[in-house]
Amino acid sequence: MSQLLLEIDRLRVDFPLPQGRITAVKDVSLSLHTGETLALVGESGSGKSITATSILRLLPELAEAKGDIRWHTPQGIKSLLDVSNKRIRAIRGNEIAMIFQEPMTSLNPLQRIGHQIREVLDKHTSLNGRAARDRVIELLEQVGIPEAQRRQTSYPYELSGGQRQRVMIAMALACEPKLLIADEPTTALDVTVQAQILQLLKTLQEQYGLAILFITHDLGIVRHFADRVCVMRQGEVVETAPTAELFRYPRHDYTKTLIEAEPHGSKPPVDASAPLLVDARDLRVRFALKKRLFRPNAYFEAVKGIDLRIQRGQTLGIVGESGSGKSTLGRALLRLLESQGEVRFDDTELTHLDGKAMRPIRSRMQVVFQDPFGSLSPRMTVGEIVSEGLRVHHPELNRRQRIERVTEALQEVSLDPAMRQRYPHEFSGGQRQRIAIARALVLKPEFLLLDEPTSALDRSVQATVIDLLRTLQKRHDLTYLFISHDLAVVRALSDTVLVMKDGQVVEQGDTDALFRSPREAYTRELMRAAFLDMPA
Amino acid sequence: MLHYIAKRLLQAIPTLLIVITVSFFLMHLAPGGPFDGERQLPAEIEANLLASYNLDQPIWKQYLIYLGNLLQGDFGPSFRYEDFSVTELIGQGFPVSLELGMWAILLALAVGLPLGIIAALRRNSSIDYLVMGTALAGIAIPNFVIAPLMALVFGVFLAWLPVGGWNDGHWRNMLLPVVALSIQQIAYIARMMRASMIEVLGSQHIRTARAKGLSEREVIWRHAMRPAMLPVVSYLGPAAAGIITGSVVIEQIFGIPGIGRYFVQAALNRDYTLVMGTVVFYGALIVLLNLIVDLIYSALDPQIRYDD
Repeated sequence: MSQLLLEIDRLRVDFPLPQGRITAVKDVSLSLHTGETLALVGESGSGKSITATSILRLLPELAEAKGDIRWHTPQGIKSLLDVSNKRIRAIRGNEIAMIFQEPMTSLNPLQRIGHQIREVLDKHTSLNGRAARDRVIELLEQVGIPEAQRRQTSYPYELSGGQRQRVMIAMALACEPKLLIADEPTTALDVTVQAQILQLLKTLQEQYGLAILFITHDLGIVRHFADRVCVMRQGEVVETAPTAELFRYPRHDYTKTLIEAEPHGSKPPVDASAPLLVDARDLRVRFALKKRLFRPNAYFEAVKGIDLRIQRGQTLGIVGESGSGKSTLGRALLRLLESQGEVRFDDTELTHLDGKAMRPIRSRMQVVFQDPFGSLSPRMTVGEIVSEGLRVHHPELNRRQRIERVTEALQEVSLDPAMRQRYPHEFSGGQRQRIAIARALVLKPEFLLLDEPTSALDRSVQATVIDLLRTLQKRHDLTYLFISHDLAVVRALSDTVLVMKDGQVVEQGDTDALFRSPREAYTRELMRAAFLDMPA
Repeated sequence: MLHYIAKRLLQAIPTLLIVITVSFFLMHLAPGGPFDGERQLPAEIEANLLASYNLDQPIWKQYLIYLGNLLQGDFGPSFRYEDFSVTELIGQGFPVSLELGMWAILLALAVGLPLGIIAALRRNSSIDYLVMGTALAGIAIPNFVIAPLMALVFGVFLAWLPVGGWNDGHWRNMLLPVVALSIQQIAYIARMMRASMIEVLGSQHIRTARAKGLSEREVIWRHAMRPAMLPVVSYLGPAAAGIITGSVVIEQIFGIPGIGRYFVQAALNRDYTLVMGTVVFYGALIVLLNLIVDLIYSALDPQIRYDD
């Protein structure tokens, strides 16, 4: 029933750079049949996106692609790497379409969405006038944009991330292509939106008999979505197998590592009599939207009266989608943001302390942020970054003592202390996150705010960082506030969980109980989306 | 929109007040006065002169009198160009400066934009290096060097064009000053357009446009041009103000009767009212040009809408 559609045959992509040739893709071969979904899985830098962009020759100018990519059509076989520019343009967006990871930036910000979809029709079909306009609206309706008639005149900035991705899909499907290349199409989206987009792709696939080449690093999606899986590592294909078989009997060691890197396990419970370390009551944070001279300011309330308590040695996980107020809540607890309500830390009331009085407490509460690239100063060495807190809080230490403490902190996070002299850009994402953790640890804090510390990392790296956080917690009796949109990670790390939506608590409780039998509809929806239909 | 324009114009009032105050006191701090000359005037005559222009009053009082007159739209009489009010002098000079400036901006855009785009499309080629190298030279060489050189070459050696004079804005008289005035702006605009074009071409929505099957020409014209223009547009406000006010030197060199020339001479002569008049006028002009640019910007970028 299914015919061969696409064959990639010993594809090799090189980047000739001044400092030498870099081979991003080495002898990759794979094939795809009509109506099939093939997942191309791998971590960042594995060459999966390069492989996919080679198909439509959308590689960066520098890149040199060799090998053969054969596109099977009723009119015969075309070698996509060799056909003329004109030919490949006639295939792009017409026979083979592509959607990308970043729905926020993949649309032209200055043009109405209807116009952008229409452009594909104008290019590849003979539809015009009324017919083309109707087709645009029909497409928008198919991808689930409400009030398509009206929304077609919207600009991308007026749409949410999920809606933009829907527009991208409408644009890709405009000419009823045979193959859709989806390059991490849901990575930048919230879990519930991700689930909706995946469902949409599935429906459209059946409707159009579409083959999908799905590029992702998320095995959860693969399990749910793909017929076959092709695992890539360092530019090579290490294993290709039907999905069920791959998860049941992974043959290659790397595939096993990837599967095992899925967060698992749970946190051993804390002694119920452990004293309270953080106690917040009716915490509120609001941001002035507009300062007005003679009228009261307009406010947006990001955190609307939240109570929370964390015992010493405990981890409280906060989950919620983007915009739910979880990061704001964390920062307000640390008094990094102005807030109303009461916050007690240990036996100190923080609410009325000024900056100077807060300082001794600051060394006891530290924070690790999500973005390991943005949160470390690029102009400071690792040694300077890690030791900066010591200079502020322990001016009595001399140089030698400071270096000792830094060395100790770096060893704690399994980094070579000799790397003190290097700058952040010389490190990988996982290493940088270790540096950020060392920076927090060097002050010997009791409380750590972990704001999405693993979200920017590959799964296998994520697993090592989670292990590290577990070990450190046990060793130093640390208390964590762990913020994440990733329910699997929260489940693996937390004693209690707080689910947030629109600045309010939806549900709060013991991790196991909450994951096993969520009470609120929103929590259930979040979980269904996060774990797709995987067994719990 | 109208609301926004009104708000911006109201905001201009404190800005202008600061400009007026600072320049007023700075000017009076400078040694000398409008009636100092080679020959010492008889004491009684000088006293009469000072009294008739209120210059014998304490400075704060002079300041208040000036502000009062300004509110009534009266820039006062020129101290040096007797029988002329400052308003009349500006009224005569400004149309000339404006015409000169407008042509210079149009030329700068007409040449700078295409050069920048070509350089961006042929990035790291010899054309790119040539354009960018020339642009760098254009920025580095000040126009008071270029202008006399051009006058020397085209006016004196080759005798193709007149070396100076306005001649009611005849194109032959205008060509050299317009080119001299626009060279730096051409260079800036070309460099800016190149950088922003390169950035836009690397952005993700351009990749999307290519994935749709558009040709390179369509990608550039339909998807890259408008976003790439945005930084250039926001530069145009200050640039236009700079060109119109910066023609001070060029007007002097080519003997053009714009307001720039009055400005320099007035400052040298301590012609207090004329200096102040030009400062206020320039200030208002800059505010206005920036407002116009912001409005153009909002027309290009739908994310920026001034409805408040």
